[in-house]
Amino acid sequence: MNAPLSFNERRSLAPMRERLVVIGNGMAGCRAVEEILARDPARYAITIFGAEPRVNYNRIMLSPVLAGEKAFDDIVINGEDWYANNAITLIAGDPVAAIDRASQSVIARSGRIEPYDRLLIATGSDPFIIPVPGAELAGVVTFRDLDDVEKMLKAAEGGGHAVVIGGGLLGLEAAHGLSLRGMAVTVIHLMPTLMERQLDEAAGWLLKSELEARGQTILTGADTAEIVGDAGHVCGVRLKDGREIAADIVVMAVGIRPATALARGAGLQVERGILVDDHMVTSDPAIMAVGECVQHRGACYGLVAPLWEMCRALADAATGEPSGYEGSVTSTKLKVSGIDLFSAGDFSGGEGAEDIVLRDAARGVYKRVIVRDDRLVGAVLYGDTGDGAWYFDLLKKGEDIAPIREALIFGQAFASGGAQLDPSAAVAALSDDAEICGCNGVSKGKVIACIAGGAHSLDAVRGGCKASASCGSCTGLVETLLQLTLGEEVQSGPKSLCKCTSFTHADVRRLIVEKGLKVIPQVMQALGWSTPDGCASCRPALNYYLLCAWPGDYVDDQQSRFVNERLHANIQKDGTYSVVPRMWGGLTTPDELRAIADAADKYGARTVKVTGGQRIDLFGIHKEDLPAIWADLNAAGMVSGHAYGKALRTVKTCVGSEWCRFGTQDSTGLGVRIERMTWGSWMPHKFKIAVSGCPRNCAEATIKDFGVVCVDSGYELHVGGNGGIKVRVTDLLCKVATEEEALDVCAAFIQLYREQAWYLERTAPWIERVGLDHVKSALFDDPDAIASLAARFRFSQGFMQDDPWAQRAAGADAELHQHLAEVRPFPTQAILEAAE
Amino acid sequence: MIREPVTGAWLDIGPVGQISPGHARTLPVAGGPDESREIAVFHTLEGRFYALVNTCPHKAGPLSQGLVHGHVVTCPLHNWNISLKTGEAQGEDRGCVPVIPLKVDAGRIYLLRAAVLGENRRAA
Ligand code: SRM
Ligand SMILES: Cc1cc2nc3c(=O)[nH]c(=O)nc-3n(C[C@H](O)[C@H](O)[C@H](O)COP(=O)(O)OP(=O)(O)OC[C@H]3O[C@@H](n4cnc5c(N)ncnc54)[C@H](O)[C@@H]3O)c2cc1C
Ligand code: SF4
Ligand code: FES
Repeated sequence: MNAPLSFNERRSLAPMRERLVVIGNGMAGCRAVEEILARDPARYAITIFGAEPRVNYNRIMLSPVLAGEKAFDDIVINGEDWYANNAITLIAGDPVAAIDRASQSVIARSGRIEPYDRLLIATGSDPFIIPVPGAELAGVVTFRDLDDVEKMLKAAEGGGHAVVIGGGLLGLEAAHGLSLRGMAVTVIHLMPTLMERQLDEAAGWLLKSELEARGQTILTGADTAEIVGDAGHVCGVRLKDGREIAADIVVMAVGIRPATALARGAGLQVERGILVDDHMVTSDPAIMAVGECVQHRGACYGLVAPLWEMCRALADAATGEPSGYEGSVTSTKLKVSGIDLFSAGDFSGGEGAEDIVLRDAARGVYKRVIVRDDRLVGAVLYGDTGDGAWYFDLLKKGEDIAPIREALIFGQAFASGGAQLDPSAAVAALSDDAEICGCNGVSKGKVIACIAGGAHSLDAVRGGCKASASCGSCTGLVETLLQLTLGEEVQSGPKSLCKCTSFTHADVRRLIVEKGLKVIPQVMQALGWSTPDGCASCRPALNYYLLCAWPGDYVDDQQSRFVNERLHANIQKDGTYSVVPRMWGGLTTPDELRAIADAADKYGARTVKVTGGQRIDLFGIHKEDLPAIWADLNAAGMVSGHAYGKALRTVKTCVGSEWCRFGTQDSTGLGVRIERMTWGSWMPHKFKIAVSGCPRNCAEATIKDFGVVCVDSGYELHVGGNGGIKVRVTDLLCKVATEEEALDVCAAFIQLYREQAWYLERTAPWIERVGLDHVKSALFDDPDAIASLAARFRFSQGFMQDDPWAQRAAGADAELHQHLAEVRPFPTQAILEAAE
Repeated sequence: MIREPVTGAWLDIGPVGQISPGHARTLPVAGGPDESREIAVFHTLEGRFYALVNTCPHKAGPLSQGLVHGHVVTCPLHNWNISLKTGEAQGEDRGCVPVIPLKVDAGRIYLLRAAVLGENRRAA
């Protein structure tokens, strides 16, 4: 490095030049200098202070350096010769400690004083460190400069475990690099979705699956409680849920904060960043600022593209030709080799915003563009980012996309093809051997032939040539072909599950099992959902289908449940809840009744009512009090009655042979046994059972989903009754001789219903749809059917019969019941009282 | 229990981790111009945060208990869909609930104090 000239020496060399001092030898600071030199090389005598002891390099390439794809020399932007050739004094490794605006000079840490005529602050950002215990331990590093990279490389030499806190762009690039360097990497991310600022749930899930397939452990929704140390060095990370992950190094990549301390200390106007006008001038006309440290029109940026635009405006102004910077729209790519991901603009929808989604499960592609008022406002692309630049351009220019809207999602090749603006024209233009269905290798010619052969509906085509019968992502194409070939004659098939998909309930249920789909975002991707995260219709349905398909394996998705099932109580019109404890077979005891009475008093139940299902309902309970009332009821031996669930509700019984002069069998006892076997099971809809002791049928067994009518010779088993909106009397399914057989048939019938009915379809409409014969043949044709269905039911019950009230009473999901905090306003201030 | 006066334009209501995605939590406000009311703070599956007055424009259902999808919450009482961004009922339904301006900074959630306390309406 050339010896810095003294101030007087430089004065004598260039007596006419104004003195420009730059704080920050980073990307924006040096780019600004380059831009100024390009316009007027003789104007300023330039001094650059850099906190880092090195020349100007490309910070974004630190990721490839960490990953071993580049060396430091490859990423230097301006070497020593650049400073020398342009007579720039570089003072590296001596950060500026203060700005003295009165004397127009800066003071460095070494004590060096440098006067300026114009000052440029380009201090970038500081990595944010989450204030958890242990954050100061050795081995906790950030990812901002070359020193950080060197620390990581040193740690990686010994292999071992790395934990990266933060699943944003920076964190994932750090994780990728460390993993390539041979470390076992765990990423801890607070949010449910990786890179949630850039990616929606669908793309975030794809990214997570890919990284997991590469051997990284990705923990989303994970909150760091503490960094654990051993002899002053990090040895692990503990999460709030108690999990502990071993770590030889912890990389904090949770975000950045504009580095404003100097500017603040000098009394410049600072909010989140240093405030600048359109010419990058701060509240002091002699001081400019540029880069990540500034706040322009309310925005702070963390990417380089906006900095380049700022530097241009700054140089224009600093050389007497002011142009003005108007803010930037940004886009993001992830620099992890083999992962194509692009995001730009706003994807959170909003008023009048419409999503257009294209998924190609076979190729692992997810594309989503967001359109508002015929303008593109956002785009998220995963797996195929070829059109990213084109979308970004449309977005920045705010072009009217109405003329190309239909074809927009197919990309530039389709949409800008002039004559091919109409997607059906694009499909029409495909050659006959163009592949339509990748899964089944069906060409356009074959689909057309199939349609010509009489397949006039989507289902008929699926049956005829298998096109769109597997993953379904070509459904749109097949539908277009149907329209092109038949015009108006297309027959619409069975209704799709909801507006997010063209698949029916039956398709979705079948494909979940066939393709081994295990979580909701995976179903949405594999089956080409047309919305990013579904709707209030499909989410609960998918949650149930997965729960039914993968007992014990699937983790129930609380977000996909209606409030009653989420809070294990029935919401009432005033927002309070009703609580119905289970009374097995309608039996209760004085002790239970006393406990119910006490609970009613203690929690202020305003109404206590006997339900139509033979138990007691307590009304007007507040959500905050639910865990406590449940704890009291649990203590008296009672569990949740599931009066709120798409689940087994009650087993209604009559008194039966124990007391009744007509009773033929112990209907009460059998009812209790049946309820013990079936309680807790989730179903497509609610499910009611009754057992009557004789054909007088006092328990109304013949309008239940499953009803038992006891007779002298055994038990008549009835199914498919409903006493609700549309009354339906049961069909007689069969007659059995023993309680054991009755229990087995009951379990088998429920399992058949669980596996085959559509979500929100009760047994009555289900049987009307599939026919009693279908049900009978599924149960009785194969002599083993009852046993195997019943075994599947009992297996699944092994995971279900865990009283949800007891779990909540013990503290599970406490946040669902507690307020966040309470606000008490006062005339001039507010008191915030934390809930815990 | 923390009890400390909060001044300034924004109320810090704590870290983002308190609300799991797809859920909402409530913030009762006592003694404001509305006597008492509740704010619902939502965390969408896309990781965005929004706050609304916790009262459905239809029949005052607690929106915090609804199903959240996209930037919409479906009211638990009669399934109206309310935009979390504007508070407006979607589709055929008509009605609007006040939006409380919210910002997230360095992992904490802030609500605009005046809106939480309903002061803008007291002035009006
Ligand atoms: C509490 C209770 C009324 C009562 O005070 O007796 C009741 C209350 C409700 N019923 Fe019922 N039903 C109650 C017995 C019945 C019965 C009688 C029975 O089970 O013997 C029926 C007719 C039998 C049947 O289901 O076939 C009945 C048919 C319905 C229906 C229509 C179902 C249908 O398939 O047509 C609905 C609407 C629905 O589920 O979509 C419904 C829905 C409801 C809901 C859940 C409405 C709602 O969504 O808020 C009510 C909840 C109130 C609450 O918060 O507790 N309730 N409901 C009864 C609770 C029984 C229990 O102990 O769990
Ligand atoms: C690993 C990594 C990967 C990235 N990848 C991308 C990407 O793919 N795409 C993208 O657009 N952006 C990316 N970024 C962000 C991009 O690097 C920044 O937006 C850009 O560097 C900001 O430029 P700047 O000049 O404002 O700050 P910096 O480049 O950080 O420069 C600021 C300089 O000022 C110095 N400084 C601070 N205080 C003082 C002081 N008191 N005295 C003297 N000097 C001081 C600092 O040491 C630093 O060298 C990445 C960042 C990192 C860390
Ligand atoms: S019949 Fe059932 S749903 Fe209708 S008001 Fe009575 S309890 Fe409510
Ligand atoms: S109260 Fe919200 S939809 Fe009726």
